Amino acid sequence: MMAGAVQGLLKRIMPQLVILAAALLLNFIVFPDFFHVDFRNGRLFGNIIDVLNRGAPTALLCIGMTLVIATRGIDLSVGAVMAIAGATAASLVVDGHGWFTALIGALATGAICGFWNGILVAVLRIQPIVATLVLMVAGRGVAQLITEGTILTFLNPGLIRLGAGTILGIPTAIVIWICLGAFVAFAVRRTALGMLIESIGINEASSRLAGINSRVLLVCVYLVSGLCAALAGVIVAADIKGADANNAGLWLELDAILAVVIGGNSLLGGRFSIVASLIGALIIQSVNSVILLSGMPPEFNLVIKAILILGILVIQSPKVSYIWYMLRASGPQPQPDRKTPRPHRATEEKTQ
Amino acid sequence: MNIKTTLLAGAVAFAPVAGFAADLTIGFSQIGSESGWRAAETTVTKQQAEERGIDLKFADAQQKQENQIKAIRSFIAQGVDGILIAPVVATGWDEVLEEAKDADIPVVLMDRTVDAPDDLYLTAVTSDLVHEGNVAGQWLVDEVAGADCRVVELQGTTGSSPAIDRKTGFEQALEGHDNLEIVRSQTGDFTRSQGKVVMESFLKAEGGENICALYAHNDDMAVGAIQAIKEAGLKPGEDIKIVSIDAVPDAHLAIANGEMNATIELTPNMAGPALDAMEAYLADGTMPPKWIQTESKLYTAEDDNKAVYEMKKDLGY
Repeated sequence: MMAGAVQGLLKRIMPQLVILAAALLLNFIVFPDFFHVDFRNGRLFGNIIDVLNRGAPTALLCIGMTLVIATRGIDLSVGAVMAIAGATAASLVVDGHGWFTALIGALATGAICGFWNGILVAVLRIQPIVATLVLMVAGRGVAQLITEGTILTFLNPGLIRLGAGTILGIPTAIVIWICLGAFVAFAVRRTALGMLIESIGINEASSRLAGINSRVLLVCVYLVSGLCAALAGVIVAADIKGADANNAGLWLELDAILAVVIGGNSLLGGRFSIVASLIGALIIQSVNSVILLSGMPPEFNLVIKAILILGILVIQSPKVSYIWYMLRASGPQPQPDRKTPRPHRATEEKTQ
Repeated sequence: MNIKTTLLAGAVAFAPVAGFAADLTIGFSQIGSESGWRAAETTVTKQQAEERGIDLKFADAQQKQENQIKAIRSFIAQGVDGILIAPVVATGWDEVLEEAKDADIPVVLMDRTVDAPDDLYLTAVTSDLVHEGNVAGQWLVDEVAGADCRVVELQGTTGSSPAIDRKTGFEQALEGHDNLEIVRSQTGDFTRSQGKVVMESFLKAEGGENICALYAHNDDMAVGAIQAIKEAGLKPGEDIKIVSIDAVPDAHLAIANGEMNATIELTPNMAGPALDAMEAYLADGTMPPKWIQTESKLYTAEDDNKAVYEMKKDLGY
């Protein structure tokens, strides 16, 4: 049973793993010491560690984003929620509270933001892209109100450890996103939760008729997204020992959505894989790393990124994979009909 | 025109009764509050006006030119004695500046200039971005005193004029000094977190011990980079010399703590010279030069950075 699950998962994430390997190889070509890791100043030190560490905010965001997108929704507000949560945590420690209170406070703010989005989408039935746009635009203003327009710096060692500290030599941010990712992936796949979320994304009306409380589930999904964003916001603030309301998480919602798409999840909802999204986040960070290590003038940054991402998406497109399939199979074979379920689909569904 | 004439007549009539300086009413159209420096500029402008007994009418344009144009029209309608503008963009000002000129209201540009005939405004008070980069480069040239030095550069947002000009100025200062070489240059988007991320990659790509100095186009990126250098087990300010531009309070604090070496001030006090020029012009028609350059003061460890920090921290940075 377990071996079958691992095999199914591997089959699902194989394209992402191949692309990640290619992106890392590109890093290696540009900078031969890329995989070199040593232990310096009490922490693991190396480019590959940077990829894992700097990918943390996007990785955290895409955990929640994957769930939201699986319900055929989208959450544009995550970047702004990061700024709000970072500002909340910073202002709490500046006021003399402990780091744990600050963390709880920030997570609570994130939960409130997510709850707000959830109510707009699930109860008031506003289109998700519009509903979350409200908070995306207004949220940064809220964050600026909390910090009073300045970069709120703090020196609380407990809070700083969440972003810039280490656990057994591994940067804390890496530990946090891997643990949370594993926990959520496990929670949705070892219970019926994942299947219920998928069913809402595929056909909400019939899921409701089948007895699923789609309203509560939708609110919960946005709430989880808010919580993930809040955690990412705290890490980003802790990393620079200050809450920068203008820039924290700016445009990161787009990276998170991109990570979900690179992870092979459909923006139209339905089947999803959190593990694949997380690998998508690492692919994006590897691309960023190539740009930084290449030493090219910054004018080329966005062009290089666009070309690489376009390449990745083209490789993943159904037409291209069909051509691959045709090339590999000797002689002409009938195109698989995507409307009728393939025979192994039932097992896949259980195992991802 | 009519309103202005009436008000002017009124002002002349009341002048002997109400004292002299207190009569001035100046309108100030600010871009918004997108950065800490901008907030400090607003605070300092209000302080300067209060010290001179000027009645300052403040309008926040929230990054929109149409709001600025509206504000200027309303200042003209109110018949103010002078207008200060921090223009959000360079183009599209001719018409409204013409209106101010017709109403005989002098306009002083602050912090940025505009693409309009220069007879439409009294003067422009700005810093010279190229000069700032030049001061930073010159400091580094003097500091290393002929020793070989591999420099890394954190640029501002790609394509923005501060990034282009501060880079140009720095490179000009380094010309002819072959011991100094810029080995890596990448954008940090003027933010702390990108400054830290990009510095991390510099430290790995070049090897921390092979980098002798960092030049950052603003202090925020330098502050981020300082943390990256510390995490790599090196001493910022000693192992890697750091010079950046802006002189925000946190940079003074870093210099006071020995983690940074120098910063060049982009003064938030643009209003001081602007109001000086305005008052002189209104008093006896003295024409100021068309461009007033603010001082780009260099702060190093020799200055009392603790005191400057205390003075600056409440300005709204």
